[in-house]
Amino acid sequence: MEKGVAITGMGIISAIGNNVEENYNSLISCNKGISRISKIDTIHKDAIMVGEINFTNQELEEQLGLSPDNNYSRTALLGVVAAKQAIEDAGIIDISEHKTGLISATSVGGMDMTEKFYYDYLETSEHRKYIKGHHAGDSTQKIAEELGIQESLVTTISTACSSAANAIMYGARLIKSGKLDRVVVGGMDCLSKFTINGFKTLMILSDTHNTPFDENRKGLNLGEAAAFLVLESDVLVAKENKKVLAYVKGYGNANDAFHQTASSENGDGATLAMEKALKVANLQAKDIDYINAHGTATGNNDLSEGRAIIRVFKDNIPNFSSTKPYTGHTLAAAGGVEAVYSVLALQNNVIFPNLNFKTPMKEFSITPQTELKQTELNTVLSNSLGFGGNCSTLIFSK
Amino acid sequence: MKKVFVNGCGVISAQKTFDNDTFLEEITTYNDRVMPVVNPVYKDFISGGAARRMAKGVKMAVVASNLAMQEAQLESVDAIITGTGMGCLLDSEKFLSKLIDNNEQFLTPTSFIQSTHNTVGGQIALGIQCTGYNFTYVHSSVSFESALLDAQLQLSLGEEENILIGGVDENAPYTINIHKLIGFIKAENTETFSLLQSNTSGAIFGEGANFFTLSTKNQESSYAEVIGVETLNTVSKENLDNAIVSFLKDNNSSLSDLDVIVLGNNGDVDFDGYYNLLTEGTFAETQQVYYKHLSGEFNTVSSFGFWLGAKILKTQSIPKEVKLNQKQTSSIKTVLLYNQYRGENHSFTLLKKC
Repeated sequence: MEKGVAITGMGIISAIGNNVEENYNSLISCNKGISRISKIDTIHKDAIMVGEINFTNQELEEQLGLSPDNNYSRTALLGVVAAKQAIEDAGIIDISEHKTGLISATSVGGMDMTEKFYYDYLETSEHRKYIKGHHAGDSTQKIAEELGIQESLVTTISTACSSAANAIMYGARLIKSGKLDRVVVGGMDCLSKFTINGFKTLMILSDTHNTPFDENRKGLNLGEAAAFLVLESDVLVAKENKKVLAYVKGYGNANDAFHQTASSENGDGATLAMEKALKVANLQAKDIDYINAHGTATGNNDLSEGRAIIRVFKDNIPNFSSTKPYTGHTLAAAGGVEAVYSVLALQNNVIFPNLNFKTPMKEFSITPQTELKQTELNTVLSNSLGFGGNCSTLIFSK
Repeated sequence: MKKVFVNGCGVISAQKTFDNDTFLEEITTYNDRVMPVVNPVYKDFISGGAARRMAKGVKMAVVASNLAMQEAQLESVDAIITGTGMGCLLDSEKFLSKLIDNNEQFLTPTSFIQSTHNTVGGQIALGIQCTGYNFTYVHSSVSFESALLDAQLQLSLGEEENILIGGVDENAPYTINIHKLIGFIKAENTETFSLLQSNTSGAIFGEGANFFTLSTKNQESSYAEVIGVETLNTVSKENLDNAIVSFLKDNNSSLSDLDVIVLGNNGDVDFDGYYNLLTEGTFAETQQVYYKHLSGEFNTVSSFGFWLGAKILKTQSIPKEVKLNQKQTSSIKTVLLYNQYRGENHSFTLLKKC
């Protein structure tokens, strides 16, 4: 792969903004989107902080012009908002003009509605319309429908916190192999009691702002988001004289094969994923200018990922930061959100700070970039690491 | 482009299919709305402690993947790609019901940890210490075909040599209950061999784990060559024939090459029309095969169809219980699989004798 696979459009909705521009402005102004939870009635509301999107479901439904009898989960609502932005950004008017696929990602799916109406479904028929929206593919189907993608390759990936990164990776491979001319890739997850309580039982939720790579980190803040990219083949880009925002230059996926939820102490899987991505990109570690780290601020992740970074980059560690203090950990969407941020970093030659960092970790000497930094960037590496030992790396270039 | 072969199968279904030396010789019939799998002896494959911790779907998948690797004589694989429509439902239901019943208190992490869709892929990787590529597709009735396409892409491009793929879904009580409420499951018990004549809405649900080792190497254990697979989120009935012809053309084949068509009819009067169009039209003179009366309907059941197609090619025989019509097939060279669920997420898979 010479240049890589072209990115021609981006869309995002997260706790720090409802579109790409708002997200960028928050990133450079160090505006965090972390707060107490307001839209889910949970007994943990005073014990956790989250990256919540301001709009209510009803507001999102209105924005999308959905009829009142729709059966959208919040996951689907967020996904459609971000995917539509990406298509618009790519200047696509008639989507059926070229063979366009959709690879989406989610871990929560329609769980927000299932948990709300769990017993209600059994009693009355009023909310049963949401039952068929529970499965993870439903939000993807809805995006395809809203974008007008028909008779095409549409699928969903769910590999926990690396899901969207894997969707981007697969989309890039489908373009490279000529299976598709154009593909919309990304992921989405909304906040739910299911995930809040799940991470709570694992005791990895911070009761305050998350502090990636800090010695005194207390865990993660959950967030909700959706982010999508449009990838196009070189032929299509040339034919339509498309503006290219950046390229997906490398990608790698590997499994830690260590533990269902914990990462191996030395980051074996993450190391393999980064090495594979560098190989696909035909780059060396020294060519990477900035790492957008997974950096969830859990004790386990940051140690494992930090060690993996040291193993791959040795004495020549590039600037790195985690943007989770802005958005929280948006689970299946994280790889998409951070892909958008990586492209923004490349476009603006800027490294976003790792907010909330105070004390270096005692296990190693590397520390994240804590101030906004203007510097020429040509290549950005982004990590996404998840449950099931799933480790993914994407490399973006100008 | 390298060729891709199916070299090993592990099939746990509502029939006794886990023994690769037999081919539907004993048929289990049901008269129900949901059918369970015929269980192998799990502890022959998984230690008692581990088996107790695993939910049924994970257990089925671990054993099925074991069987598939054994048959292909592989200790490990380069990549693991799993399809699951609903994921680990039993653990999801367990965690969710406790969460609601106890108002978010007294929860333990075990069922949450095992509830993620990629639990199966992660557990298989852990079991065989496979650090390779590990993906999980969760897109309704094309979850398995998404895994198949991904694997085919990597193998044919020479990126990997052996890939484990599979489809797994498990029955879970709450999910079955609510799917009865919305009529996705038939309102009445239906007998195995009258499924297609039921003339009622909905399907008979089921579960299963069907895993396969795909390889670039043709060997003694090889079942079939995977020529191509395509998934389409929508297809209109009017365009179904065209879609098949164009899929075949993309794979340098044509309708006249097809000896057998394996169809995903599930006896749902509202959606079997897609299959009926083919059985009464384009493929009226082709040997037709169906299987969901034996397996039940679930998101990754087309992986059972994939096994059936591959097994038909390997054994050059078609059990009478899966024949939808009676046509002479002296030599079976090419099999087309077609599946859809509730009119969405269609898939075509083309297999050839090797």
